[in-house]
Amino acid sequence: MTTAALLDLRDVSVSFDGFRAINGLSLTLAPGEMRAIVGPNGAGKTTMMDIITGKTRPDTGSVTFRGHDLTRLDEPAIAELGIGRKFQKPTVFEALSVWDNLLLALKGLRRPHRLLFARLTPDEIRRIEGLLATIRLGAESTRAAGGLSHGQKQWLEIGMLLAQEPDLLLVDEPVAGMTDAETAETAGLLREINRTRSVVVVEHDMDFVRALDVTVTVLHEGAVLAEGPLDTVSNDPRVIEVYLGR
Amino acid sequence: MSTHFSFRSARWTALLVVVLALVLALASLLPQGSALSVSPFVVTLCGKYLSYALLALAVDLVWGFAGILTLGHAAFFALGAYGMGMYLTRAIGARGVYGNADLPDFMVFLSWHRLPWYWWGSDHFLVGVVLMLGVPAVLAGLFGWLAFRSRVSGVYLSIITQALTYALMLAFFQNGLGFGGNNGLTGFKDVLGFDLTAPSTRAVLLALTGVILGAVLMGARALMGGRYGRVLVAVRDTESRTRFLGYRPEQVKLVVWIVSALIAALGGALYVLQIGIVNPGEFAPANSIEAVIWVAVGGRGTLTGAVIGAVLVNFGKTLFTAILPEFWLYGLGALFLATTLFLPNGVMGLLRHVPRKRDEEVTPEITNPEGSNA
Repeated sequence: MTTAALLDLRDVSVSFDGFRAINGLSLTLAPGEMRAIVGPNGAGKTTMMDIITGKTRPDTGSVTFRGHDLTRLDEPAIAELGIGRKFQKPTVFEALSVWDNLLLALKGLRRPHRLLFARLTPDEIRRIEGLLATIRLGAESTRAAGGLSHGQKQWLEIGMLLAQEPDLLLVDEPVAGMTDAETAETAGLLREINRTRSVVVVEHDMDFVRALDVTVTVLHEGAVLAEGPLDTVSNDPRVIEVYLGR
Repeated sequence: MSTHFSFRSARWTALLVVVLALVLALASLLPQGSALSVSPFVVTLCGKYLSYALLALAVDLVWGFAGILTLGHAAFFALGAYGMGMYLTRAIGARGVYGNADLPDFMVFLSWHRLPWYWWGSDHFLVGVVLMLGVPAVLAGLFGWLAFRSRVSGVYLSIITQALTYALMLAFFQNGLGFGGNNGLTGFKDVLGFDLTAPSTRAVLLALTGVILGAVLMGARALMGGRYGRVLVAVRDTESRTRFLGYRPEQVKLVVWIVSALIAALGGALYVLQIGIVNPGEFAPANSIEAVIWVAVGGRGTLTGAVIGAVLVNFGKTLFTAILPEFWLYGLGALFLATTLFLPNGVMGLLRHVPRKRDEEVTPEITNPEGSNA
């Protein structure tokens, strides 16, 4: 069971200035699984992502990805291992075109001395055009990413995530600020992605989580409060208490 | 398809620089007094402007494209000048005041009996070249590696660069360091056997400076217009995001930092060949700050702007200091303020307002919504 896990967090704790953001968190993700993480503000969702991607080091506990100890690696090394991350606030390279944003995200060249003499290959062009079609930004490819709408930036960032060809995608609030139609499309896109990759989605939007139709983990005060199908979890009295207050 | 990073103006500027330098060089060889002849004074002046343009390009690479506001780049320029100056000093040989073929005059004056080890081999031109490029590159590599690895950025980095050049200035003022103290290195006679005072040598040096500047401009254009340049801009604007894509910003920045130091050093070497003196004043913090002003005036992140800014501001300085010397610094300060307030993209920004096909030249302008670091 443990060896089969793609991602395994065990008894992870981290505190900032005495505040325990993550408190004995354990979470296991099977290969190919999609998992939704929900929880009230301050439950530790984003901190958990920071720990997995190497931005924050846990005080105690272990984090392994395909047998690699992530607590010893930094962000670029973890990214190269195959973990991609989409941020809560869409973070794209605003001065660069949509095309270039995807180009820089493409799995492949990373070392500066190789970048110096890199030339665009037909394969790269094909991959970028495929991605543009997937995220429906083909018509915007020459525009500076800074000029895109909020929803388009969200999609561009998902496209960049796909370009990295990660085995595991960490997606933080992908539908924040999206219209209902966009939300439904995004859920479809994530399900599509999940056919070939594992996904962890953090989201507040319960309709969206319902549309994903996957196992839900509820975080509260830095630990797992409940885990299971959405209907079971949302009827759990402890979850109701956390969400609705006493 | 991709961001317009073509810097097409750079090609024209490179061509213009080369042609102008060649024309001036040729004109300087005409008999003095004839209608089209150019005086040696003008040749030296132009050589100086073009050397400074190399320093400005170096600053633009790191400031415009990597977001590193360097306030110490004159250090690399001065080190390049000293490296070339060492060779030129040794080339004087026994023709110095003391007629000592083995020791430069200032060492004889200090009653030194042996050449310090770090001067060994400097009588060979190639060793001089290695010193003039190698020392700044190694220093830049060391400095950049430490600074970028520790994620020092923004104003803190600026302050350290300033401290670096200041420390070097103090060190080079010391007689004991073996670089001529506050007199620096001067009294050069010839380079590779060519008389430095001969009009033909000076003409060739000016032409060479023009050609090198043109080549560096084209090289910088290729570098910044390529994938590396895009990654650099990404690092400049959203450094933390690039880490999650698997890039190592500290390495990406280190490359441009070293390249930039090399370009500055090249400028310094060409400068000392034409001006004929290098002293610790070249390390003065004000020099580095002036170089930043040239780039700001010309237009940051545009390459061409750096060249235009350096030539324009220094031309202004030449005029101004001849007419109203005591007001030059006020003028320079006012220019910087005016540029910052009214011309955020400098002269290049002004030029771009000239109507042309829309969205043709989206240079990687300074759109920096979140600061360079997280």
